[in-house]
Amino acid sequence: MLSLLRRRLRARVSTSRWPAVPAPTVGRQQPVFDPARCDLSGACASACPVAAISVDGSFSLDRARCISCSRCIEVCPTGALAPGIGFATPALGRESLLEPPVHPPAAVRELAERARAVLGRSLHVRHVDAGSCNGCDWEISATTNAVHDIQRFGIDFVASPRHADVLLVTGTMTRNLQIAVRRTYDAMSEPRLVVAVGACACSGSPFEPGYASGEGAAAELPVDVYIPGCPPRPEAIIQGLLLAVGRIGEARI
Amino acid sequence: MRLETGAERITVPSSTIADACGQLVRDRAARLMVMTGTDERDAGRGYGLYFLFALPSGGLASIETMVDPARPSYPSVTRAVPAAHWYEREVKDLLGIEPEGHPDPRRLVLHDDWPRGLHPLRKDVPGDLAVARAPHPHEPITGVRGEGVMEVPVGPIHAGIIEPGHFRFGGVGEVVLHLEARLFYTHRGIEKSAEGRSIERVLALAERICAACSLSHAVSYAQAIEQLAGVTPARRAVLIRGVLLELERLYNHVGDIANLCAGAALQLAVYQGGVLKERLQELNAEVAGHRYLFGVARPGGVRVDLDEVAQLRIAAVIDEIEDEFGSYVGALLETDSFVERLTGTGVLDRGVAEDLGAVGVAARASGIPLDARHSHPYGPFRPDMVTPVVRSEGDVRARMLVRAGEVATSFALIRSFLDELPAVAPGQLVTPVGPLAPGQWAVGITESPRGENVHWVMTDDRGAITRYRVRSASYNWAVVPFAVTGNLLPDFPLINKSFELCYACLDR
Repeated sequence: MLSLLRRRLRARVSTSRWPAVPAPTVGRQQPVFDPARCDLSGACASACPVAAISVDGSFSLDRARCISCSRCIEVCPTGALAPGIGFATPALGRESLLEPPVHPPAAVRELAERARAVLGRSLHVRHVDAGSCNGCDWEISATTNAVHDIQRFGIDFVASPRHADVLLVTGTMTRNLQIAVRRTYDAMSEPRLVVAVGACACSGSPFEPGYASGEGAAAELPVDVYIPGCPPRPEAIIQGLLLAVGRIGEARI
Repeated sequence: MRLETGAERITVPSSTIADACGQLVRDRAARLMVMTGTDERDAGRGYGLYFLFALPSGGLASIETMVDPARPSYPSVTRAVPAAHWYEREVKDLLGIEPEGHPDPRRLVLHDDWPRGLHPLRKDVPGDLAVARAPHPHEPITGVRGEGVMEVPVGPIHAGIIEPGHFRFGGVGEVVLHLEARLFYTHRGIEKSAEGRSIERVLALAERICAACSLSHAVSYAQAIEQLAGVTPARRAVLIRGVLLELERLYNHVGDIANLCAGAALQLAVYQGGVLKERLQELNAEVAGHRYLFGVARPGGVRVDLDEVAQLRIAAVIDEIEDEFGSYVGALLETDSFVERLTGTGVLDRGVAEDLGAVGVAARASGIPLDARHSHPYGPFRPDMVTPVVRSEGDVRARMLVRAGEVATSFALIRSFLDELPAVAPGQLVTPVGPLAPGQWAVGITESPRGENVHWVMTDDRGAITRYRVRSASYNWAVVPFAVTGNLLPDFPLINKSFELCYACLDR
């Protein structure tokens, strides 16, 4: 035990800076789209393994479905799709994750105001896995490590839905979890928020709805905030929770 | 034409399958790796069963049979080869092939509210079929009865940030007499989704069977596809896979030791280990573009090069981590109150581990020298490069020490691959993958951080993927209850974390 304490005394501060400065990375990012350069060749749509892109008269990209594999960027003949910076940012509505942008309905924009008024600046979060690959769950877990340190924002994970303001949902909403997830939500008291984490909770992608897999959290619960990414980085998850209570605004890539 | 899978193939009538498998285990010390059921009725053959065994020589043997679709049953192999017990239940659920005389024929993958008589992996069941819930009786789960006996249900939703599973503890006071784990909550039907899909589409699914073993899954899948396509990746791609596979093992093993400390409430060590894991994952992002190494491997090679800058960066970071990890594990082992919790807790008996086909860290900590990098060397590995790290105690401490020992092996392997990399011309990172051999199966094997990870891929007569079977190391779930019996209920989280199995990997 003393050795552990000695190690602690020798260690430097490991907590990251905030606002998050995205680490320099190569590849594996959601693309940025430049409509002026797009020739509608459709190469991106054919290369996309998860049907997030359609080029049917006009280009559209669903960032909720995108798994950041970068294949569209690799095949784009004109450079209309280019590597993004950092990570895709969370949104207050499914529509906000569409490219080109669609204006979110007014009701969605009011959410942040309401949530802030009721919940204040501190949040108690309950995580529930609705059938994920465990990537988002590990990233949620990483928000609690000494580097990302989500507690510095007054956010804490709690063991029971009875104690929670926010339900953080990962996974596609599998048949075998649907009832348990619904009961978890029902156990929460109002006011309560639902945040969908990752591509499969946002849209079901890349899995396919069928006998076992579902189409994401919104099929079962009223989702307030969508955090895209496969998985989203810990910084994006923190941003999503701050967005849910109106402590930051919606940004775009 | 038969594909060069290296597997010896033995076809027997379905009535003698149990004897044939039992004989192979008895006479040739074969070990059951995976069993796959198929629906080959379209080809006029019926249902197929493929029992794939590893031989002590390093070879593979496949005992195969066709089951009459008019009467889909066969004598259960489980009594002769206990490791088949979950495989046979899975095939019964998903394909409706009955293992006659199975000692525990309850459902496994499909839960109680799934209607009787509907088997989703049969070809005449559409992939997008919406299936209504069927009424079902609530039955006692553990079957432990007697005065003072309690049944404690836990899950599927747990208190921490973890995956879902239901545990039913039967016991007296704090002592667990029997544990029944009900899993497959995160079953996403990945194997069904893969059927008839393109190689790239299935890759996206393979990488997301489980994030923590994502690269191992991608490489196992890629190796199976490469065999079916008759493609050998270039040396540089093979070395890059090797470096990144060991980086995957590193962040997992370091993180798993840190999480083990959470099971013993040693919070300071959870944070210190968590920082090391975080640095290793940021290294992944920096050199390969993803903290979990998604999108790195593909059939035919890799999608990222490790240039000189990346090579230097990896070498520098692992030097630092090696020092810190040494001091970290040293500090843990000096913490008596911690080590005491670990020692003698959650013992997995070697006999049980062998009978039920345990692999990976769990098997090695119980004295079984099994490591796919050694037994079935793939990619850049040669049998002499990896000596399985083995301990005999089989307890939580042994599983921690096996991980710590393997971290050292990974440092050495990464350095040796990095040493060779500059001498290999950049050249082609992806060898184009042409059409797959029709009507064949192939298998890709890796040693994921959790253990032997087997992907079995079969093509139809047009060369499309018609069956994709994934047997991850998290099938070790089948042995976890045996390590819990006789322990205190509050030690379950610690024991569970020492196995560190993923639910997603098993559930698919």
